[in-house]
Amino acid sequence: MGYFAKFAVPHPSPAIYASMIAIVVTVFLIIFGLTYFKKWIYLWSEWITTVDHKKIGTMYLIAALLMLFRGGVDALMMRAQTAVPDNKLLDSQHYNEVFSAHGVIMIIFMAMPYIMAFMNIVVPLQIGARDVAFPRLNAVSFWLFFMGAMLFNISFVIGGSPDAGWTSYFPLADNEFSPSVGTNYYMIAIQIAGIGTLMTGINFITTILRMRAPGMTLMRMPMFTWSAFVTSIIIIFAFPVLTIALLMGTMDRLFETKFFAMTDGGMDMLWANLFWVWGHPEVYILILPAFGIFSEIIPTFSRRNIYGYKSMVISMVVISLYSFFVWTHHFFTMGQTAYVNSIFSITTMVIAVPTGIKIFNWLLTMWKGRIRFTVPMLYSIAFIPLFTIGGVTGVMLAMSAADYQYHNTMFLVAHFHNVIIPGVAFAVLAGSTYYWPKIFGFMLNERIGKWAFWFLTIGFSLAFFPMYITGLDGQARRMYTYSEASGYGLLNFVSFIGAAFMAISFVLIVYTIYYSIRHSPRHVGGDPWDARSLEWATHNPVPEYNFAIIPQVDSREPFWDAKYKRYELFKGDYKKIHMPNNSGVPFIMSALFFVFGFALVFSMWILAVISLIGIFICMAHRSFEIDHGHYISVEEIKETEVKMGGNHK
Amino acid sequence: MNIKWSLLVIFFVIVTVLTGCDPLMVLDPKGPQAQTQANVIWLSIAVMSVITIIVCAFLVFVLVKYRDSKLPKDYEPPYIEGNHLVESIIVGVPILIVLFFSVVTIITNNKVEATPEKYKGQDPLVIYASSSDWKWHFSYPENDIETVNYLYVPTNRPLEFKLYSFGPITSFWVPQLGGQKYAMADMVTTLHLAADEEGEMMGRNANFSGKGFAENMFHVEAMSQAEFDDWVKEVKDTAEPLTEAKFNELLQPGYTGQLTFTGTHLSFSPAPEHHHGSKDSNEDVNDEYMEHDHGSSNESAHNYE
Repeated sequence: MGYFAKFAVPHPSPAIYASMIAIVVTVFLIIFGLTYFKKWIYLWSEWITTVDHKKIGTMYLIAALLMLFRGGVDALMMRAQTAVPDNKLLDSQHYNEVFSAHGVIMIIFMAMPYIMAFMNIVVPLQIGARDVAFPRLNAVSFWLFFMGAMLFNISFVIGGSPDAGWTSYFPLADNEFSPSVGTNYYMIAIQIAGIGTLMTGINFITTILRMRAPGMTLMRMPMFTWSAFVTSIIIIFAFPVLTIALLMGTMDRLFETKFFAMTDGGMDMLWANLFWVWGHPEVYILILPAFGIFSEIIPTFSRRNIYGYKSMVISMVVISLYSFFVWTHHFFTMGQTAYVNSIFSITTMVIAVPTGIKIFNWLLTMWKGRIRFTVPMLYSIAFIPLFTIGGVTGVMLAMSAADYQYHNTMFLVAHFHNVIIPGVAFAVLAGSTYYWPKIFGFMLNERIGKWAFWFLTIGFSLAFFPMYITGLDGQARRMYTYSEASGYGLLNFVSFIGAAFMAISFVLIVYTIYYSIRHSPRHVGGDPWDARSLEWATHNPVPEYNFAIIPQVDSREPFWDAKYKRYELFKGDYKKIHMPNNSGVPFIMSALFFVFGFALVFSMWILAVISLIGIFICMAHRSFEIDHGHYISVEEIKETEVKMGGNHK
Repeated sequence: MNIKWSLLVIFFVIVTVLTGCDPLMVLDPKGPQAQTQANVIWLSIAVMSVITIIVCAFLVFVLVKYRDSKLPKDYEPPYIEGNHLVESIIVGVPILIVLFFSVVTIITNNKVEATPEKYKGQDPLVIYASSSDWKWHFSYPENDIETVNYLYVPTNRPLEFKLYSFGPITSFWVPQLGGQKYAMADMVTTLHLAADEEGEMMGRNANFSGKGFAENMFHVEAMSQAEFDDWVKEVKDTAEPLTEAKFNELLQPGYTGQLTFTGTHLSFSPAPEHHHGSKDSNEDVNDEYMEHDHGSSNESAHNYE
């Protein structure tokens, strides 16, 4: 029993026991279901071993929705705890674990995979490619992310959750003040997922630079592809910083090194710096593809080309550059001089300029357009005023003298939710509705989708606008409770109601999916929205090879030209198509990473060494493997094209 | 649209009613630094509201005028690449706003990082505010007294807080006197404040520091110099001296009420006042003291578990 004691949760509660039971039951049901319906082989051969960018994207999407549920439940628990003064629903320790998990899950395991889902599904289609540049590496990326996410998620039932906040500042995160293994999970799970993200960055830069359809110059690329490209560049520069910071943190915790320690020349401020040198660009890694999604949806439903294409591209590049020059604004209060703070204050405010350009360009795209109020468009419309409020409060926070008063308060919490929810969450929800027919071949129900939209928007406003006020009234963030005398009670209750609205919206979104699976008509054709870019030039759902014939591009909107200006997109005849083979190695290697991570969390060195050797064997296997992929014959292509109802030739 | 508008109206009514009740702490300054900060906040709220209103107005205009259902059936949107004049405006105006705020931020940064102007020339009262899990220790070297979890300050005199921590990073914050600053284990940060008015205020640690963070508050009272002197005298007459043993006991994680001592812990446990890369000649001596401090806090964490 002594050996297993370390796996016990240090601060158990009924909710955690209930979750344990729920997890066991779910795992059992999944295993039983797969066996009963004889789906093991299907699962293995069609999904786990796949290297198809669309399937990998779909798996990212499903994982992101699951994590949205987990992070959302955490959020509800937090709002419920703070709904009334001196509430006893959660104690301090649990509240700390819940908000730490909420932050990590929403940023790293929800928003990131959601963005990755769209990059995977959309980018190769938008540039007229058959897959990404390195399909198998893409599978490795997904499975590393997935294993990282799973490792992080088991923390609360095995060994205890991290409780030092999603920023995990040292020395609080050091062994002395966070003795449970929770922060080990944080360091190692994010590391594993982060390696996957880094590979995605490399993969998409190569894909976008090397695999565009003939005629598609850089300045003819669709906006979303541009955003994916810029994001990938940020990933390549930002993520290595996180890798090193997490490695140093892991060493501090597992091997008693002193990088961030209070003694022996260690420096706790170093962690904060490294974290935000990655952390601020990370925000743009999330928001730029979100901008890209809006830049696809707004022109489609305004029936107009995007306004100011060049300035949109330039502003994204400028934002990506500036994202590396502002990290100090996350700790203006760390004791730098007024001179240093002034510099970072100004660089931060400068980012508002390119962002403002984008806002006005979207407005000017709608101007003189023909606006249809579909669900994706509603999200995009609501995004503009709400994100503007988030943006201008960002400028307020950027003024460092005033930031001394906003820092660490609910005002800050309101601000960053005010950019991330209307920015990223609205974008991915709009994007999932918009691209749903592309992925699954049928539309989501618009009526329920609109209900979900209104609940989310109103819920968001109720939940977060009061926080600006309580922040200015001195309510610090991350407080598990507050006294009645503080007077924060009423506004926090309003926030709770807002959170409940958002929960209803999530239920409605799930219901839309369920309802549409049951009732939506199939065979929606290739272009249900009357869209403009190349991804709509092929069938829904997309065949394995994407395009039977690689399209020829000679403008920014070749598909629009093909529809309305008699432009010939697909020239030539069918030829056999070369496609990559499936492989189980990415999954096996990532599973070994999971074991390796788990072993490190609990300092089980023998297991760690064995799994590490396994990882290297998987890598060696790839080096010596001879795999030339396979060909899809012309007959097969013809057959598929006829079956899909398309006749490009 | 109707639902949207009525909801917006309801929302703004709620906000005005709620904000009308009590002045918000940050916007109810009792000292020159908080006043500067409140001015910046109001100024930025004003400018930012104008920007937000312009964006919203333009959005509403576009949505009303160019919605599909309102347009003639044969209306086909034009192809517009962009317009140099329009694009110069949407670049130029934000640049002007940023320039304006850059000037504001440089001026105000220098203001809040220095002794308040109206008290310049006066000798500041230096108070060492150090945090341990989960309390605040206030040492008054000038008066040779120390308090825990409450802070008395004289009005109309510059206050210079020297901040550091015996554990996780904390943030010393008295919203009505001025913004916060971090207290950290390996350096001392300085926060310049002053109180214009007498009165009681809330002070707290604003930076998450673990289990006892929510309760990590302290009581602040600003009083006239005469009253302050009386209080110091009273403390000297009545309070116990602070011993090293007692202080180490206090450093252990936990909560305590308000405590008062004569003498300060600075005599046996000085602040880590060597700045990284600075030319402090006593670095070695200080390091020794630091080792000592952390040794004791290590021990205390152990005891706590």
